[in-house]
Amino acid sequence: MVISSGDTAWLLASTALVMLMTPGVGFFYGGLVRRKNLVSMITLSFVAFALVSLQWVLFGYSLVFGHDIGGLIGGLDFLGLSGVGQSPAVIVGTELTVPSLAYMIFQLVFATVTLAIVTSVFAERVKLSSFIIFGLLWTTLVYDPLAHWVWGGGWLANLGSLIGLTGGALDFAGGTVVHISAGFSALAIALVIRKRMGFGTDMMEPSNIPLALLGAALLWFGWFGFNAGSAIAANGLAANAFVVTNTAAAAAALAWMLLSWWNGRPASLGFASGAIAGLVAITPAAGYVDPLAAIIIGIVAGAVCYYAMIYRIKKGLDESCDCWSVHGMGGVVGALLTGVFATTAVNNYSGLLAGNVDQFIIQVIAVLVSVSYAFIVTFVLAKVLDSTIGMTVKEEEEYVGLDISQHGERAYP
Amino acid sequence: MKMVQAIIRPERLDAVKKALEDQGFIALTIIESKGRGEQKGITLEYRGKKVEVDMLPKIKIEVVVHDEDVEKIISIVRGAGRTGKFGDGKIFVMPVEMMAKVRTDEVWT
Repeated sequence: MVISSGDTAWLLASTALVMLMTPGVGFFYGGLVRRKNLVSMITLSFVAFALVSLQWVLFGYSLVFGHDIGGLIGGLDFLGLSGVGQSPAVIVGTELTVPSLAYMIFQLVFATVTLAIVTSVFAERVKLSSFIIFGLLWTTLVYDPLAHWVWGGGWLANLGSLIGLTGGALDFAGGTVVHISAGFSALAIALVIRKRMGFGTDMMEPSNIPLALLGAALLWFGWFGFNAGSAIAANGLAANAFVVTNTAAAAAALAWMLLSWWNGRPASLGFASGAIAGLVAITPAAGYVDPLAAIIIGIVAGAVCYYAMIYRIKKGLDESCDCWSVHGMGGVVGALLTGVFATTAVNNYSGLLAGNVDQFIIQVIAVLVSVSYAFIVTFVLAKVLDSTIGMTVKEEEEYVGLDISQHGERAYP
Repeated sequence: MKMVQAIIRPERLDAVKKALEDQGFIALTIIESKGRGEQKGITLEYRGKKVEVDMLPKIKIEVVVHDEDVEKIISIVRGAGRTGKFGDGKIFVMPVEMMAKVRTDEVWT
């Protein structure tokens, strides 16, 4: 293989697109929290970006894409990016048409946005210092192993051969690695750390809905790089991923909006949340399904995530930017439906509809594994940190707001 | 007639509004404000240095009622607005000489 300038150009452009998703998450969540926490919420995403950027360069990339150790984790061959240069990347034995550095930086922005998504559960009460320590440990202990299992030649990619079936877990752009892991980690943290003061009784109005919509727009825009870039080539598969991504987002946005209309008013935030649910669900499927399947995936994701949010509210869970209901449950929907709608007309894989039961079973197992792993490890990690350094701020700091208490700043004079 | 001005925590507004409504006091004016009480706001210890946050957001509710309703209003606002912590607010009562409607020529004294 030689380096293709077209593929490389598209991958670098995709990386820039995906980079915008991280502040996009910050703007989306920031618009949802109260005005006294707006700066804090956006900053958490920025901090996540910088923190994981360094972790990835120093050892994260190596843990995911280094030589496979027992199917569980990558070796330390690429520590500090040693050996990751301008020659074609070789990933799980396959030589690609892009430089190793381009592949590395593309994967980096995936890792950063995943931690940013988790910040949902920390809204309005996390201690910045604790978040930094948590973020570093979480991305190392949860994200890196999962990413290795699915993309780095780990055991989930070869699941079929381990259990006597044909195939491995399909996750085109991160349904399990990014969204299930972020969503179910947020759920675990919500069960560990204290709720916000006055949660369920006090008014907690979104500070800036237009800002949240701007964040959602940046996410939608960046997601084209997320999914179409995951073809790691400027080709027909990238075009397919691009089209199905937009289609599923549109279907889910309208599905959520119609459901909320039926139950009251069609809120703009419902539309935006629906769009994100659709984008999440199509993520694992983007390189395997056609546009009509994307419509179904979008509608199902919009409905499932909407009712997951209703369930969360009913249960009184303070996970109020809905990382679990949108990303976690959307990821589950997407991973399962990938195993239903995958078609050889798009890529070399088929799903349940084409009579491939094995693939569907493998997807179910991959979902169960990623849900359990993310939930259990994060639960333990959050418990340990909360009982030692403490994850949340003092009550008076929370009352004044994290903008002043953590950053000494205010969003509005 | 009296004007009751209640300065309360912003997050208690919904509860106070609902409690007033439940007792038949519908009409009210709300002013978003900032202020400080005897505690001079909140002092935070952050990274070893003190941060004074002395102008905290508050809500001022203004209601004009008959004299005999004043006690009732005070007890409703206390019931729904109280958390027991510093910063719950204050209630002021002052005389109102006249109330005139804009839409019609009605006047109350």
